[in-house]
Amino acid sequence: MIKKLIPCLGKYKIYAVLTPLCVVMEVALDVYIPILMGRIINIGIYGGGGISYVFKVGVLMILMALLAMCFGALSGRFAALASTGFASGIRSKVFSKIQAFSFSNVDKFSPASLITRLTTDVTYAQMALTTIIRIAVRAPFMLVLTTTMAIRINAKLSLVFLTVMPILAVVLAVIITKAYPLFIKMLGKFDKLNASLQENLAAIRVVKAFVRRDYENEKFTKAATDLQIAQKKAEKLFVLSMPFVQLGMYICMIAVSWFGGNLIIRGGMQTGDLMTFISYIGQILMSLMMISMSFVMIVMSKASVSRIVEVLDELPDISDEGADPELEVRDGSISFDNVSFSYAKDKSNLTLESVNLEIKSGETIGIIGGTGSAKTTLVQLIPRLYDVFDGSLRVGGRDVRDYKLNNLRSAVAMVLQKNELFSGTIRDNLRWGDENATYEELIAACKAASAHNFIMSFPDGYDTWLGQGGVNVSGGQKQRLCIARALLRNPKILILDDSTSAVDTATDLSIRQALRENRGDTTLIIIAQRISSVADADRIIVLDNGKINAVGTHEQLLSTNDIYREVFESQQKGVA
Amino acid sequence: MAETRKQGPAMRPGPRGPGRGGPRHRSMEKPKDIKKTLGRLLAYMLDYKFQLVGVFVGIILSALAGVAGTYFLRPIINGLGEFIGQQSPDLSNLIRTLFIMGLIYLLGSTGSFVYNRLMLNISTGTMRKIRIDMFRHMQNLPIKYYDTHTHGELMSRFTNDTDTLREILSRGIPQLVTSVVSITGVFIMMLVISPILTLLVIIMLFIMLFAIKKIGGKSANFFIKQQRHLGEVNGFIEEMIVGQKVVKVFSREEKVGEEFEELNEKLRKSSSSAQTFAGILMPIMANLSYVNYALTASVGAAMAIGGYLDIGSIASFLQYTRSFSRPITEISHQFNTLLAALAGAERIFDMMDTPPEINEGSVTLVNAEVSDDGTISETERKTGSWAWKRIDSDGKPEYVRLRGEVRFENVTFAYEENKNVLNNISLYAKPGQKIALVGSTGAGKTTITNLINRFYDVQEGRILYDGIDVREIKKDDLRRSLAMVLQDTNLFTGTVRDNIRYGRLDATDEEVERAAKIANADFFITHLPQGYDTMLTGDGANLSQGQRQLLAIARAAIADPPVLILDEATSSIDTRTEALIESGMDKLMEGKTVFIIAHRLSTVRNANAIMVMENGEIIERGDHNSLIEQRGKYYQLYTGMFELD
Repeated sequence: MIKKLIPCLGKYKIYAVLTPLCVVMEVALDVYIPILMGRIINIGIYGGGGISYVFKVGVLMILMALLAMCFGALSGRFAALASTGFASGIRSKVFSKIQAFSFSNVDKFSPASLITRLTTDVTYAQMALTTIIRIAVRAPFMLVLTTTMAIRINAKLSLVFLTVMPILAVVLAVIITKAYPLFIKMLGKFDKLNASLQENLAAIRVVKAFVRRDYENEKFTKAATDLQIAQKKAEKLFVLSMPFVQLGMYICMIAVSWFGGNLIIRGGMQTGDLMTFISYIGQILMSLMMISMSFVMIVMSKASVSRIVEVLDELPDISDEGADPELEVRDGSISFDNVSFSYAKDKSNLTLESVNLEIKSGETIGIIGGTGSAKTTLVQLIPRLYDVFDGSLRVGGRDVRDYKLNNLRSAVAMVLQKNELFSGTIRDNLRWGDENATYEELIAACKAASAHNFIMSFPDGYDTWLGQGGVNVSGGQKQRLCIARALLRNPKILILDDSTSAVDTATDLSIRQALRENRGDTTLIIIAQRISSVADADRIIVLDNGKINAVGTHEQLLSTNDIYREVFESQQKGVA
Repeated sequence: MAETRKQGPAMRPGPRGPGRGGPRHRSMEKPKDIKKTLGRLLAYMLDYKFQLVGVFVGIILSALAGVAGTYFLRPIINGLGEFIGQQSPDLSNLIRTLFIMGLIYLLGSTGSFVYNRLMLNISTGTMRKIRIDMFRHMQNLPIKYYDTHTHGELMSRFTNDTDTLREILSRGIPQLVTSVVSITGVFIMMLVISPILTLLVIIMLFIMLFAIKKIGGKSANFFIKQQRHLGEVNGFIEEMIVGQKVVKVFSREEKVGEEFEELNEKLRKSSSSAQTFAGILMPIMANLSYVNYALTASVGAAMAIGGYLDIGSIASFLQYTRSFSRPITEISHQFNTLLAALAGAERIFDMMDTPPEINEGSVTLVNAEVSDDGTISETERKTGSWAWKRIDSDGKPEYVRLRGEVRFENVTFAYEENKNVLNNISLYAKPGQKIALVGSTGAGKTTITNLINRFYDVQEGRILYDGIDVREIKKDDLRRSLAMVLQDTNLFTGTVRDNIRYGRLDATDEEVERAAKIANADFFITHLPQGYDTMLTGDGANLSQGQRQLLAIARAAIADPPVLILDEATSSIDTRTEALIESGMDKLMEGKTVFIIAHRLSTVRNANAIMVMENGEIIERGDHNSLIEQRGKYYQLYTGMFELD
């Protein structure tokens, strides 16, 4: 799975190659040191090499250990470069992938899950890479090398290794294959626990208001118990791998001592070699333990990696493909030609059905309709936030799919119902609309959106710092800033999706007046719940259940359309 | 590398939290009182007293077996020396030694098997208990706690902090014990074998400690930097993902991508430094131990040639040098994790030490039976009428009929000291009356409802509920007598039916559907793929805001308490639908005392009394017509002459 992410290494790939190379060098030196030690014993002590030999080999050994240290440190450095480069590469790829997503792609993953994928999951992938290029290379190589050297020193005695190690390997393999699915299950329980926790936190007022403490406790206790059971199941076998390795090594120790001892007595081997063998047992033990320990890490990261890959594999369903890069939006005319739309991309589950509508450039259109009547859906098709399911939609006389997204969307500005401001100054936020807007232009847009006065009432004016999501301005102020931001785009089509719901009627009116005066031939589409917000539009569309119920002026609709009249009356009752 | 993964996803502040969110920088937090924290952890583990004893015995056996087994190399190799060249050596000694060694190893392995297995029981069981205790405690915390902590913070108590805690429980503590036992054992054996070689080891030990300190110190600095940059990157990610749709509408993808690259590269740089120091520690320590090994071999051999040491001793000692440095390396490597884990444990315990909601009150809510002469008696039966039960000084119960009369007497309240949100508020809601609260954000409307159900307690003045001070009423019973529909509708994972039933757990299916009909939710529910049995995901993302609000209203309808609080309950429902549910709402509100907070004035028009609030005070009160006649603030608001936000 992690293979799919390899391209994310980019230019740090070289370090991902250098790391295991350094590890290999370090291991080779580490394996050679016990052989030198054996020589000191065999030749220095028994072979009459004397102090000078011991000294000579001793210095060599120390030098080798220091060299190994250098390689080890280098491998650490390279691994750091590789893994952090890897993480940064993933973040960058995933982030830009999300930028390429369409709305329906974004809808598919919740924001929370995308954030997790870009943060925690990346960290796990990074750890997995470190583990692989360091430990996963080191341990097997160490095993192979020590065994080879053991065979070279004494083939007969190495039979001990060759017998015990495969058995251990099989036991470990069985444990790991058995544990793996259980681990995955356990991670699932973890997610469940966290999800229920998050829900509880979000809804704590409801929980308390309905005194559902015991109910929630019960729910959580069950989730926690499930997790514990799953955890025990998953790790039950797994915790035995370490003692198994230990036991295997102990058996090796005794067998090596016995067979080696016999060989020595018969003159088939020297004492120093036996000591080398014994040192090797320790090294093998370490390697095997590392393998079983790194297993957990790799399993944990596997889920993360697959979550990341899921995002990378997601195909953006709206792209510039087939667009004419030169094509610019000519004017603000819009034409819906038998347009149907379905979020589920399912013919039997249409949100919009056969909408036909011609909007002339410069017209003001109001849209009225009940909750769930697909008002937002209708307008979101215009800047191609979603693609039509059936039929065609033309803006400026051309199908929206003929334009590059950038060209289309810079001509169609939309103020979303659920809008966001970003941390930064008011000025920064407004500049989202136009990067190069002058101060005068900012002020003009804010005046039109009735935002200038309240902005100036802040001590820092346009340089007032907004917290994340614009937490320090009120709902109505936020809406007006969002309108100003959209105005700065100087669009051919401006869509306000219930953008003045938190603004009082008088301000609402003055915004609309300002829009009318300044907009030139910008097409204006206003979705509103208040009739007063749309009453003065050139035409008003009444949407009902995904279909156009009626189109007309306020007066026409009032006299001919039941829905419109009902809405109107529901808002008029009791006015003095 | 262990340190970086403690940075969980930064989460958004709660809907009404003061929003001091943002990603947290925490990896270098140090525990304040290690002893106390460890003590409390141990107290948790004491449930497993006997298993814990088993664990310790197992660890000690396993560690000592390693130490003792290695020592046997000495007699074995020395013994071999004597046999070399003999024709028929008497190997019974060797066999006996190997046999004993085998026994010791068997004991050691058994110990290891046992403690690993037991530790799994203990660690998972302890974690379960801690999680449940945390959760239970959390459920008892006052709303104030939730308002002053972000969800991200609380979630991280449950995820990051418990994760690291589990790490020390299942690995850290056993490793610590093993290390201490084997280091001590090895050290003693080394002294026994050769004090001179031991001196060498001690010198090397100092070099190692020096290296740890040097590298550790450097890495700490880089880690702080890394965490800061990680915080920035994660903060940016969070903001841009949440605002992703706006990014797209403004075609800002490229620009945002550039900004992200900049932050990302900064993080990569500092993180590669931090990771380098974490990554080179292990190999440096491991190879220092090889230097030690080489030194021991050379000096030992020199001593052997001089006749001061035998070969068997060298063999044992060499193994000891390896097993001496391993635990030190491991501890040094785990040290940061350990500290982080303890800091996490401390945060967990801090949370559990936060005082829970206090003052349960002594007045309880009981099912009441009202006899013809008006006397009230308590009954087990669900009569549909309720009474407050107060035990008077003689121990005799006294009953007051639950009617839903609410009276504020000169109530003053502040969330933060000296910042009064409510100033000397008095209001009176007769049973069955509809009271509307109108005013701009921050005027104190929601605060009033927060006080009625005692999410917060009044600081001055008092609130009387059927003549009883709410502070004397048991909180649970008080809240059971009220139903709230809030602006932010929270749904739970489960079916639509489950979500409505949340208002009254023992409601039948018919009652659920009846409640849905009252809220006018029945229509859209029956159009869902599986109707009432449609599964809703966590936040009900598959429903529109308006539909969610309808469900919340149905939830209140099924609870059917005498007092109803609607806090912007219909804000996301269009006026036509609102008009449609009006009849249902009328039915729902019939005979109930209702507090309505609404932004849309059409919603409050037919209230018995409308309170216009400003800066924590009620500036106008009256019914719609009288307020319009007054030509005051309400008139301005209503005719749109004044801005409300």
